[in-house]
Amino acid sequence: MHDFELVKPASVAEAVAALAAEGAQALSGGQTLLPSMKQRLAAPDRLVSLLDIPEMRGVCHGDRGLAVGGATPHAVVAREAAARYPALAALAGQIGDPAVRSRGTIGGSLANNDPAACYPAAALASGATIVTDRREIAADDYFQGLFTTALDEGEIITTVHFPIPERACYMKFEQPASRFALVGVFVAKYADGVRVAVTGAGEDGVFRWTDAEDALTADFRPEALQGLVVDADGLIGDLHGTPAYRANLIAVLTKRAVAAA
Amino acid sequence: MKVTMTVNGKAMSAETEGRTLLSSFLREGLGLTGTHVGCDTTQCGACTVHVDGQPVKSCTVLAQDVAGKTVTTIEGMANPDGSLSVIQQAFQDNHGLQCGFCTPGMVMASAALLAENPHPTEDEVRHHLKGNICRCTGYHNIVKAVMSASGATSQKLAAE
Ligand SMILES: Cc1cc2nc3c(=O)[nH]c(=O)nc-3n(C[C@H](O)[C@H](O)[C@H](O)COP(=O)(O)OP(=O)(O)OC[C@H]3O[C@@H](n4cnc5c(N)ncnc54)[C@H](O)[C@@H]3O)c2cc1C
Ligand code: FES
Ligand code: FES
Repeated sequence: MHDFELVKPASVAEAVAALAAEGAQALSGGQTLLPSMKQRLAAPDRLVSLLDIPEMRGVCHGDRGLAVGGATPHAVVAREAAARYPALAALAGQIGDPAVRSRGTIGGSLANNDPAACYPAAALASGATIVTDRREIAADDYFQGLFTTALDEGEIITTVHFPIPERACYMKFEQPASRFALVGVFVAKYADGVRVAVTGAGEDGVFRWTDAEDALTADFRPEALQGLVVDADGLIGDLHGTPAYRANLIAVLTKRAVAAA
Repeated sequence: MKVTMTVNGKAMSAETEGRTLLSSFLREGLGLTGTHVGCDTTQCGACTVHVDGQPVKSCTVLAQDVAGKTVTTIEGMANPDGSLSVIQQAFQDNHGLQCGFCTPGMVMASAALLAENPHPTEDEVRHHLKGNICRCTGYHNIVKAVMSASGATSQKLAAE
């Protein structure tokens, strides 16, 4: 790792100011950024640590649903979201392993937008709102392809608002070596319709399976998905699974998620 | 920059750079070489220590980022009289180690589990230790050790 300066702001305003410098980058849990710096895939001159900014930590409930601070670790979401949004808590509790969950944060996960990450599926299926230091972005506009998001340079995720669904479930088929999702499907049923988001499978990252959404909005039962197939075109193929294998998994996991929701 | 943190109950300091990892701070800065570095890529868990009671992979935490916090390493696990703690003794009694390389991380991860969930099921133990890799034991004796440390009377494990 190349050396850098670490700064530890105490507020969002201080963090934004510190990020304005040339070569500065945000650091949350470091569970993605530090390994990539060790591989020299990133070499910032300055890291701005977000972990000790009180206004960015914790889970609370309000009129917009559940508000999760951008620097809240997965372990805290697993604990504190359990009563209000159990499917989200369960997702957080299945990320990686306990040590990764102590450090890794929702803001880091959404900013990184790994095509196999779990939180993007929850945010997209819940129609979440990503709040940054300067604006609000709807999940439908936020994810823009592999490791690409609507965030500008130096923009930080301060809070994520999750509308709470009537029923929901995340089904993750784990890739046992990386512990990421080989395929993950998040199903969320709201009064105005069902949303289904798929991670781990799309060549452009997380996406919504709209055919399944229509079928489930009409009839929220696994049987409603009978006969629906996912087009393998545009799905990831790698040594862990072909596009056709992933297409089949999406259908299977969606049924299981509906059954368990 | 000089960094100070409370390590195993004592305030300890060492010089650091921005990039100094908590694992290097402990091993090279403080001479606490019980924390092992197996992979240095966040995969194996050998470097697991506790920061403010939470398990972390010390190879993936910056020393300066946890300045002032409370850290526990394997050197802080024995009883005050120097005898092995319940978890350490259970690893020895159940042959939960062979070469011992993964053991500091296994003990720290297990201690974090038992602090949160004093009576885990076998499944919960396996799930919790997912981030800790052992190349020797085949895991069964490690799981047995954790179950026995939790006070569970020995029963056959699923794979036996
Ligand atoms: C062994 C292992 C297993 C894992 N398994 C899973 C898994 O099963 N599912 C899963 O989803 N993830 C998994 N992860 C990834 C993990 O969840 C990471 O914690 C997460 O992707 C990144 O979060 P972080 O807080 O560590 O971010 P960092 O590594 O600190 O940062 C990642 C990126 O986001 C930027 N950033 C960080 N915070 C913010 C913010 N608030 N606003 C704007 N930009 C920001 C940084 O500049 C950087 O570019 C795993 C990681 C490891 C090491
Ligand atoms: S050395 Fe830290 S996880 Fe392997
Ligand atoms: S005892 Fe040798 S790696 Fe676990």
